[in-house]
Amino acid sequence: MKKKKRRYLLGDIIGICMAFVLFVIPFLFLIFNSLKDRKEANLLRLSPPTVWQWGNYREVLAAGNGIIFTAFKNSILISAGAVALLILFSSMTGYVLQRRKDRLTKVVNVVILMGLMIPPAILPTIWILKGLHIYKTLAGIILVETALQTPFSVMLYRGFIASVPAELEEAGVIDGCGPFALYRRIVFPLLKPVTATVIILNSVSVFNDFMNPLYFMPGRDNTTVQLTLYNFMGQYSSSYHLLFADVMLITLPMLLLFLVFNKKIVDGMVAGAVKG
Amino acid sequence: MNKKKLYSAWFLVPTLLVFGTLFLLPMATSFFFSLTVWNLRDFTFVGLENFKMFLKEGSLNIGIRNTLVYALCGCSMKLVLAFFIAVFLNSGIRSKHLLRAVVFFPNLVSTVAVGITFKALMHPSKGLFNRVLELMGLARVDWLGNPDLALFSVVGTDVWKGVGVATVIYIAGMQAIDKTYYEAAAIDGATGAQRLLYLTLPLCRPAMHSVMILAFIGGLRSFDLIWSMTGGGPGFATDVLASVIYKQYAEGFYGLSTAGNVIMLGLIMLLAFPLQKFLLSREAD
Repeated sequence: MKKKKRRYLLGDIIGICMAFVLFVIPFLFLIFNSLKDRKEANLLRLSPPTVWQWGNYREVLAAGNGIIFTAFKNSILISAGAVALLILFSSMTGYVLQRRKDRLTKVVNVVILMGLMIPPAILPTIWILKGLHIYKTLAGIILVETALQTPFSVMLYRGFIASVPAELEEAGVIDGCGPFALYRRIVFPLLKPVTATVIILNSVSVFNDFMNPLYFMPGRDNTTVQLTLYNFMGQYSSSYHLLFADVMLITLPMLLLFLVFNKKIVDGMVAGAVKG
Repeated sequence: MNKKKLYSAWFLVPTLLVFGTLFLLPMATSFFFSLTVWNLRDFTFVGLENFKMFLKEGSLNIGIRNTLVYALCGCSMKLVLAFFIAVFLNSGIRSKHLLRAVVFFPNLVSTVAVGITFKALMHPSKGLFNRVLELMGLARVDWLGNPDLALFSVVGTDVWKGVGVATVIYIAGMQAIDKTYYEAAAIDGATGAQRLLYLTLPLCRPAMHSVMILAFIGGLRSFDLIWSMTGGGPGFATDVLASVIYKQYAEGFYGLSTAGNVIMLGLIMLLAFPLQKFLLSREAD
């Protein structure tokens, strides 16, 4: 027994050292260099700053007439909009796909699950957005993100609803609920745990999405967080302190989210992967 | 009330409307537009010209090759590394919860941010990677500038970012294994290595399949990391299908870009669907 304990202790030490070198150092590197002055940061060393330059962050926030604020506002609006639609639409879809098994739901199920694997066709999407006059608008990209995250969200809802007893619905029917009242008053409130997962996972992936804004929101004024970050890379190629400060500004919200919702995020991702 | 009325098809309409117009319809029309020269308004039908060009032109077809290399390397590295990390983090060590969180976190960081950070770490003259190599008395490596190496440097970064998800999937699979198997094996005097090889490995096969499919498809579709680290360069050495599609779009060759999209779809249908089917059939046994 003693021998086993010592082996675990050794495992702890090795594990922590490895994790520190592989996963903590890159972040330390970012933090330290985002707080150095320009000359020191451009050496790209892993030492703490000689003078801590908190002003870097102010400078990044002020850059380009505060374009970061616009970017954050847009990214938050897009994430919130897409998530709201996903909760509403995907929960309804997952509910009916789980409860009703006939030819129609089978076909819909297969078609939606296909979306987990198949890459979206980008230019025809632009063509359709243009036809609907919503290309380069927030509404357009919210709908695109909604469409792309639909398969994953429907799957999560469908999987969860399988564990909700259908007897509650029968009771609701006896008490005189119509299909929509039944869903709104009885089923949807029971889905809170999976709705929380849907909110967290989809906000993260929409907020972090780079490719879709690149195609569907080009142009300087209606930018998103990931696009400004990418543009900063070109602009600040010789001012690593500002570039890294921007990276930190974008990473911090995710870190906070992870510290609060660690278990929810991990469980949700595992559920999504295993059922897919 | 009968089921059809209670679980009304109207519930499906909003999803089908959005998903249909912005996913299915573009997919369906992409087959047609890939056969045209096109500017989003007028088109001229050109038959298979775009595809011929794609396969013939070296700067385009390298995208297909690189996509396959990227997906295969990334997928197999995640598959193997994550398995051992999961075994380690599923043991009795005390710091396992902390370490799981640390390994998982990069997955939540934006890919562009990861790309920027690793590009700095891989800087040819002053990057941290080369500093460490120099300290050990080894020669510097041009991680992203050497056309033979650049793609693998990006794959390495991809693995760094994505190994955490694979790990937690494995851990979930391992925790679902019945503990009595291990007790029986211990009584029979199986060594640790034997338990790993004959119990853990076969019994976490469903998790392994999920990791494989997820990582492989993710690899075939990847864009963000390559675009932020190398932009497809040096030359076309790290161009994958997704970056070729973007470049052709930026150049105004919309038909060619759409053809790239169709090729990517074809690759996934040709490789990932059969893989999925094969893995599912093995799970059924």
